[in-house]
Amino acid sequence: MIDTTNLTKYFGTLGAVQSVSFSVNRGEVFGLLGPNGAGKTTTIRMLTTLLSPSSGSASVSGYDVAREPLQVKRTIGVIPQMLNLDIDLTCSQNLEYHGRLHRMEGPDRAARTSELLRFVGLWEKRDTAVEHLSGGMRRRLLIARGLMHRPQVVFMDEPTVGLDPQARRLIWGLIESLKRSGITIMLTTHYIEEADALCDRVAIMREGKIIALDGPAALKARVGRYSLECIGRQDIPRKFFPTRDAAYEAGRGETCDVLVREATLEDVFISLTGERIEG
Amino acid sequence: MNFSPIIWKEMMLIRRKPWRFLASSMVMPVLYLVTFGWGLGRGMNVGGGNYLEFVLPGIIALSAMNNSFGPVSTSMNISKLYTKTLEEVLVSPLTAWDITLGRALTGMVRGLFSAVMLLLVGFAAGVNMHLSLNFFIILTLTAFCFGAAGVGAAMLARTHEDMANFNSFFIVPMSFLAGTFFSPNQLPQPFESLILAYPLTHASLLLRALASGSEPSTGSVLVLAVYTLMFFSLAVRLVKRAGG
Ligand SMILES: Nc1ncnc2c1ncn2[C@@H]1O[C@H](COP(=O)(O)OP(=O)(O)OP(=O)(O)O)[C@@H](O)[C@H]1O
Ligand SMILES: [Mg+2]
Repeated sequence: MIDTTNLTKYFGTLGAVQSVSFSVNRGEVFGLLGPNGAGKTTTIRMLTTLLSPSSGSASVSGYDVAREPLQVKRTIGVIPQMLNLDIDLTCSQNLEYHGRLHRMEGPDRAARTSELLRFVGLWEKRDTAVEHLSGGMRRRLLIARGLMHRPQVVFMDEPTVGLDPQARRLIWGLIESLKRSGITIMLTTHYIEEADALCDRVAIMREGKIIALDGPAALKARVGRYSLECIGRQDIPRKFFPTRDAAYEAGRGETCDVLVREATLEDVFISLTGERIEG
Repeated sequence: MNFSPIIWKEMMLIRRKPWRFLASSMVMPVLYLVTFGWGLGRGMNVGGGNYLEFVLPGIIALSAMNNSFGPVSTSMNISKLYTKTLEEVLVSPLTAWDITLGRALTGMVRGLFSAVMLLLVGFAAGVNMHLSLNFFIILTLTAFCFGAAGVGAAMLARTHEDMANFNSFFIVPMSFLAGTFFSPNQLPQPFESLILAYPLTHASLLLRALASGSEPSTGSVLVLAVYTLMFFSLAVRLVKRAGG
């Protein structure tokens, strides 16, 4: 559903995205994981036709983003990083406006609006102006809006950024039920658990490049499934082992207090770059 | 063609705050009218008629410009730079043409609305004016022209300051000089020619001629039409560049 070949974007001399290639299959949840400034949003903006690539190519639902932007726009739903709702309009007006932009018929718009407002738990707020909604509610409305015209491919840029854990879980639940409905989803995040919990495959991005791409379990298996670290000693590198027993075994030989736990995608990032993802 | 959602949204916004809409489109023209029409112009004569009769068509043109250009450029600039609501439209299947047309039409409606209100005020004050179909056609063209210019300006501006500069360097000088308050032929060359380069000058001249029952100049109609086409196609190109 999404294909990129050597996709590249330069802002002046800054290579925000450098020769990125990947494909996303139908029905897959594909994640771009990386620290601030890695180039996640820039990649999404090229795929959603808002930025033209400096070089390389990309297609969505079989349409080239540079040559057939209108066809691309018909098939995609975009849920941006920035909450760009019309705050003077009510929840249902925001959805209705979106439906009109996509030429949905009146009765279909109304039915879909009520279906989606229930889906994201905002039915009671349907006639409330967006300016009176909390941050988490706005995020949910933004998701509903992106789904309004029944897109085949949905792009979500940092769908849970700035939310408390409870609001985040709620959105994870929404994404999981979307996934069950067969929609193709590409999301970006700099939250490790999010990529781990939701994605079928994850591309780890850093400084405009993809440095690893695989399923979360396979990525973790690359470094070793279990990690051993000295508590309170950031200076001693973590060690990785294929089994829990092997990790414990090695831990007995250490002179510090040790912690053995399952490896995370953060460990993968650290072992690839020597840096942490989250500040 | 699918520009109607943009009009729909504008209507929803106006319906939510109708008084703000009414007030914002009326304050400036009424101030001009009071200052220059009744205050300054009482007893003053221009070309045989009284000054209020002379100045009202000019103020109507001015008001059509301000109420079209101002709201369109401001709201589009904010939606591009600050709220990012423009992106919602840019990723939808609307073409750059649809977006520009929809926005320019919302400006046109606002401009026409304030012009018609001014006409009513003028009639209440007993000003004599010939209102022909042509008068309204030119008025509509003027409002649309500056609505399209508003889209262009908003898309050109990279910051809010850029937008303010557009106003100080183009709109404000035009408001004072472009034949609203005095006839351009009262100025010596080369100032007269300079002022004849403003689109608003031709809108004023045309509306004034039509309101007094005389023949409008074809040249002015042409200039206004060419400006409209220029602003519109520039705006379409800029919206396209932004991803529309
Ligand atoms: N319009 C632009 N002009 C110039 N530089 C830009 C522009 N947009 C992004 N950049 C730069 O490109 C790089 C990648 O930015 P991008 O927004 O894609 O990162 P990101 O991975 O989405 O980060 P975050 O997690 O903070 O959202 C950054 O260095 C950023 O400063
Ligand atoms: Mg980003």
